[in-house]
Amino acid sequence: MTKPTSDKTLKKEPTRRDFLLLTAGTVGTVGAAYFAWPFIDSMNPAADVLAQSTIDVDLSPIPEGQAITVVWRGKPIFVRHRTAAEIQEAEKTPLAELIDPESDQDRVKKNHTPWLIVVGICTHLGCIPTGNTPTQTRGKYGGWACPCHGSLYDTSGRVRRGPAPLNLAIPPYTFLTDTTIRIGVEEKKT
Amino acid sequence: MKIFTSIKDWIDHRLPVFTFIDRELTKYPTPKNLNYLWNFGSLAGITLMVMILSGIFLAMHYDPAADKAFDSVEYIMRNVNYGWFMRYLHANGASMFFIVVYIHMFRGLYYGSYKAPRELLWILGVVILILMMATAFMGYVLPWGQMSYWGATVITNLFSVFPFGDAIVEWLWGGFSVSGPTLNRFFVLHYLFPFLIIGVVALHLVALHQHGSNNPVGIECKEPSDKIPFHPYYTVKDLFGLGVFAFVWSYFIFFNPNFFGEPDNYIPANPLVTPPHIVPEWYFLPFYAILRSIPNKLFGVIAMFGAVLVLFFLPWLDRSKVRSATFRPIFKWIFWTFVVDCLILGYVGAHSPDYIYEATGISNQFLGQITTFYYFSFFFIMLPLLGLYEKPLPIPASLSEVKSRKRKWRFFGVFFLSSLTTPLWGDSLPLSHQTWSFQGPFGTFDRKDLQHGFQIYKEVCAACHGLKHLRFRDLEALGYTPEEIKAIAAEYKIETVNDEGEKAERPALPTDAFPGPYKNEQAARAANNGALPPDLSLITKARVGGPDYVYSLLTGYEAAPPADIHVAEGMHYNPVFPGGQIAMIPPLSDGLVAYNNGEKPSINQMAKDVVTFLSWVAEPELEMRKTMGYRVLIYFLVFTALMYALMKVIWARIK
Repeated sequence: MTKPTSDKTLKKEPTRRDFLLLTAGTVGTVGAAYFAWPFIDSMNPAADVLAQSTIDVDLSPIPEGQAITVVWRGKPIFVRHRTAAEIQEAEKTPLAELIDPESDQDRVKKNHTPWLIVVGICTHLGCIPTGNTPTQTRGKYGGWACPCHGSLYDTSGRVRRGPAPLNLAIPPYTFLTDTTIRIGVEEKKT
Repeated sequence: MKIFTSIKDWIDHRLPVFTFIDRELTKYPTPKNLNYLWNFGSLAGITLMVMILSGIFLAMHYDPAADKAFDSVEYIMRNVNYGWFMRYLHANGASMFFIVVYIHMFRGLYYGSYKAPRELLWILGVVILILMMATAFMGYVLPWGQMSYWGATVITNLFSVFPFGDAIVEWLWGGFSVSGPTLNRFFVLHYLFPFLIIGVVALHLVALHQHGSNNPVGIECKEPSDKIPFHPYYTVKDLFGLGVFAFVWSYFIFFNPNFFGEPDNYIPANPLVTPPHIVPEWYFLPFYAILRSIPNKLFGVIAMFGAVLVLFFLPWLDRSKVRSATFRPIFKWIFWTFVVDCLILGYVGAHSPDYIYEATGISNQFLGQITTFYYFSFFFIMLPLLGLYEKPLPIPASLSEVKSRKRKWRFFGVFFLSSLTTPLWGDSLPLSHQTWSFQGPFGTFDRKDLQHGFQIYKEVCAACHGLKHLRFRDLEALGYTPEEIKAIAAEYKIETVNDEGEKAERPALPTDAFPGPYKNEQAARAANNGALPPDLSLITKARVGGPDYVYSLLTGYEAAPPADIHVAEGMHYNPVFPGGQIAMIPPLSDGLVAYNNGEKPSINQMAKDVVTFLSWVAEPELEMRKTMGYRVLIYFLVFTALMYALMKVIWARIK
């Protein structure tokens, strides 16, 4: 494309044809992008899956010191009723000792400190840590212990020994009453 | 830029894709005089791509098990994001595909595009048509409605006329009737065949590019000035055609999505009941008419298959050396008569054989026989004889001699429009036509009517009729708050299993579907004198006449039947119901329901409200569909206008 004629055409003033080409090209591209969206979006969770994305959990039957597992969006959620000693231990741990520093009060709801609600999936490679039923080992830090690669979590669900890089995740949840939570909805900031 | 050129050269030296694109798509010399009828080849290719794309995404959600298929289609319509769009795109796409391909074929017939040296090009096209027909037929089976099921039964039974026919048919079915295994294999083959079509389309294109396109004059291009490069001239022309085509297709998707469909296909397949009027999809109607016109099973089937297979021999049946009908004064008339004949065959196929045309007194059966005779004599008598006896007009020596002529494509416009007329069944039903808030291109559901209608459903209909495709959370669209929905749901009980393993009940949650009033079909029949109250989720879509039918049924009871009609024990006289006798007692009566605002609605008002509600249940996507439809139509108007302007500018240089 180094013919002198084409050079000449390049230097010409923009013509009606150039304008139309550009406009039509843009309109066509935008249209194609919009056409792609329904197909991409159809692979996202469908309305019935989304509708299942919140669950209500009754906390009243969980005795102090024990925990239950509930399923939310196909994942295990650990709901643990901590003892006073466990809370105290979690609160007094210096942040400097932590792999992923986070204070205990940031991981529970205000006025509901006995209740620790975490996603029960090890942040290393997705195994389910043990320690949620009384027969399972909770590990040296009294929280959970991952059977796959030996990560240990404390009574605040924070990672204390690797290889896991992060603390157990906190799902969005709200206290509806003192003994009922709704998992899947974040508490409104006041 | 230089680096791109060298990468391109490196690849092209080893795999000449860029040379190929340049030679076959950009520079590809094309006759300069192609009219708009030559757009339909590219349109068919685009339609094939869109069908494959939408089909793949639908297959991600569809469940090909006999007891799940119907519900999974409704799941796509109601729960999958844009599922209704993909399904309507695909379902209407099948009709669009056939319209485009039939026009493409009639164009080939008119301009003699199948004549030497393009015989194989035509034959490959016929192979594509047959594959398309098989694909379309199997696709129509997948929703597993009544038409799907009985269409599959009828078509597969065609093979019973061959030697060892029963064994062949059982082999096709994988059982002793159309059943689960049939559906499963049809799904697999429906997914496979389009890829075979792609393969044959590739061969079709190779054959096309060997000698290039035919043209309206029908003579080979002799001078270099007769041909122009495909790009940009025909790319822009094809894009303009695409704009028009996409506009039409979109209209059907968004504003008339069930135009080509049959209401019966919204009734789940029932192996024990054949619908009273079983018709194939419109694109098979001419062949169906040929089948029915011949009063012998074997010869009927042979004639039907022969009507398609004869196309393979077209290049040799037509003895004329002249390609274009423009220069064949007699053939031109024979051709148009043949087009009309095919349309009449389609019309015949859509109506019962016993139907009598009042104006002429001839029966539909007889009309079908005449048109079938013409169909075959066109191929076996007229085409061979015309080649011998027709005197063609003087043929120009080259394309440049030809003055631009008034084009004939207005006739194809007639063909296109008339192919859109679908059969009208049951026009004898005395339906009362109402004005509905949701009808027409701008209609939306009246929220007050919906809530009132829901109340009537809940207090009256729900005693016998389920709404299994509706979930409580869907009621949010009626204007209820999440708390109200939770309270409504809690009034219903869902069967479950308790911790001891025993059957128990729990209150329904907003995520549950409406539980049916009966535990199973037997219980429903036992409670209703043997009749089965249908589920109402799709009732306005599943009956001819739609909302008007349901309204007329609810208000159409007559206490005293005419003297000549005997109403059986436990039945009620309602002239709107097919057969006139219905097991349902008149469900509505004055003062039955009191609305929140203290109003005591009349029977007509109640019927209207509940039908509005049921129409919403059947088509919850209706409002979103129309809103999206306007945007899409406006977009394609702009797109088409731009492409038209661009086409005019680009083509300005060509004389």
